Amino acid sequence: MEILLALVIGVLGGAGVWLVLRPRTFQVVMGLALLSYAVNLFIFSMGSLFIDKPPLVVPGLPPTLDHYTDPMPQSLALTAIVIGFATTALFLVVLLASRGLSGTDHVDGTKQEEP
Amino acid sequence: MTSSLPHLIAAPIVLPLLAAALMLLLGDARARLRAWINVLASGAGLFVALSLLRRIDAQGAPGVLRVYLASNWEAPFGIVLVADRLSAVMLVLVGVVSLGSAVYALAAWGRAGIYFNALFQIQIMGLNGAFLTGDLFNLFVFFEVLLAASYGLHLHGSGWARVHTGLHYIAVNLLASALFLVGLALLYGIMGTLSMADIARKLPYVAATDRGLLHAGAAILAVAFLTKAAMWPLSSWLVPAYVAASAPVAAMFALMTKVGVYALLRLSTLFFSDQAGPSAHFGAGVLLYGGLATGAFGTLSLMSSLRLGRIAGSSILVSSGTLLAAVGIGATQVTAGALFYLMSATLAASALFLLVELVERPGTRGKRPRLADIDVEPDEDTNLDDEEEALVGRALPVSQALLGLAFIACALVVAGLPPLSGFIAKLALASALLGQDGGTSGAAIAPATWAFFGLLLVSGLTATISLARAGIRYIWSRPEGQPPRLTVVEGVPVIALIVACAWLTVRAESVMRYASATAAALHAPSAYIEAVLSEKPRPGPTRRVVEEAAVP
Repeated sequence: MEILLALVIGVLGGAGVWLVLRPRTFQVVMGLALLSYAVNLFIFSMGSLFIDKPPLVVPGLPPTLDHYTDPMPQSLALTAIVIGFATTALFLVVLLASRGLSGTDHVDGTKQEEP
Repeated sequence: MTSSLPHLIAAPIVLPLLAAALMLLLGDARARLRAWINVLASGAGLFVALSLLRRIDAQGAPGVLRVYLASNWEAPFGIVLVADRLSAVMLVLVGVVSLGSAVYALAAWGRAGIYFNALFQIQIMGLNGAFLTGDLFNLFVFFEVLLAASYGLHLHGSGWARVHTGLHYIAVNLLASALFLVGLALLYGIMGTLSMADIARKLPYVAATDRGLLHAGAAILAVAFLTKAAMWPLSSWLVPAYVAASAPVAAMFALMTKVGVYALLRLSTLFFSDQAGPSAHFGAGVLLYGGLATGAFGTLSLMSSLRLGRIAGSSILVSSGTLLAAVGIGATQVTAGALFYLMSATLAASALFLLVELVERPGTRGKRPRLADIDVEPDEDTNLDDEEEALVGRALPVSQALLGLAFIACALVVAGLPPLSGFIAKLALASALLGQDGGTSGAAIAPATWAFFGLLLVSGLTATISLARAGIRYIWSRPEGQPPRLTVVEGVPVIALIVACAWLTVRAESVMRYASATAAALHAPSAYIEAVLSEKPRPGPTRRVVEEAAVP
């Protein structure tokens, strides 16, 4: 599972970086969204990965990490998702404003010269 | 110090939050009331910050601190707010600059949009929170709070220039936030904690196999801070964004690069102090050379700027570079000088950004007023201007005089010329640089130190040239017509910020003493760690503290 998760993070991160470097604003937004997915998964994976272990203390089970997964990265990822979502939404608004003011979706607001 | 007002330290965060909520409730009516609430809340913030500063300073030599256990959980588990000397002085800076900007915004900017005042307070909350928190993830949250508010403030007033630069500014900062999270997650994966004090305590005991990963995490985290602090080559977003922002917002933004510097100073002295074993002084070289490169870049940028706004933005780059290099050197006296420089440079940059708008404002048309009782007939000896009118006997309007004098004062501080605080700051830095390793054994001073020394002098020279050029352009040779009209509320904050610089000069000895004590406390982080981790929760109605003495 570690290898699978690492691959997923790598692919998401790589695609995100590539898209962020593209000249169209929509591609940049998609890139930022993919990057934030990659980062959230990365935070999640820091709590050492287990299947079928709850992050909450269950009555009857001794409270050691043999029986539970670390709840901390889950809460961190949750916070990061919320904040990332809000800032991406705000970026979308600026993108629309830029599109409306310049009439093009190039990040510099200038049309690329025709080859 | 278990004194009165135990919750005072939370006030710099709660107060602006409540003020912002109140302003949102007021809705889009009552613009004047909202603007005045903004001023009052900023003033109250300054008052709280000053009283915190006084209490901490009264504590004497250890200089630490007040630890506030939010929701009453002890340090590694709960989130803590920590007020030490460095936080207190940063809070005061936020207070002074935000009060100045809020008063300035009374004139026009505060009424240009509904949410300006609310966003302004949220930005103050983010800044104060970032300076007070003792927890890395909480630092991230406050960073996001201040960034989100800054995105809104930057776009305030709209227009193509703001939207265009805002797009770049937001994209860069979102990427930096992603890096922040990656670095944070790596640190958590290795240390198992996000409390700064706890990480600092455990850092010497990290296994050798994990140390590379730890350094990678710290480096990624530092890249996020360096982007905020605008280290070259991560600084290209800064000048266009700051130039495009409206004047009171730009004055607040002058504080924001200092948040990055603060985080680097705090974390590098805490984590990578002398006690950190193999990790001691990790990254110091990068900070030093990166800071020098930033300073050099800023100096070139100063030389090539003609518009006053760009000059102000470039001066921020220079001050960032100087501060980063000083953090990289990591000697106590250099840090003390850097702290003094930080105060002086921030105040001057804010004043300059407020001035930019006033100076660049087009003048009103019409003939210059003449003094009533002097009736000069131009004769052959009289100096004439371009339109063949006598230069004598012409009234110098108050606004022109004020702008000119304020500009000169700002230029003196930014360039570091005597007699204002910029000179003292540079002198303190320079003497600390030359004294730090040459004093005891007469050993040779490192080339990087000489480079830093040169940077201080050269950047001062170029700032002088560049500002003098701008002064001639904007103030002496204004196009014909009357000088711009100023309102009192626009003039007062500029003067107040300059008076604050003058106060730093007059009280330089006690400020320097405070800065030295701050630097000494920063470079001996065990007191900080001890104080944070030993703070015990208070007994409450539902929570018993084990060691608590029996209540009669």
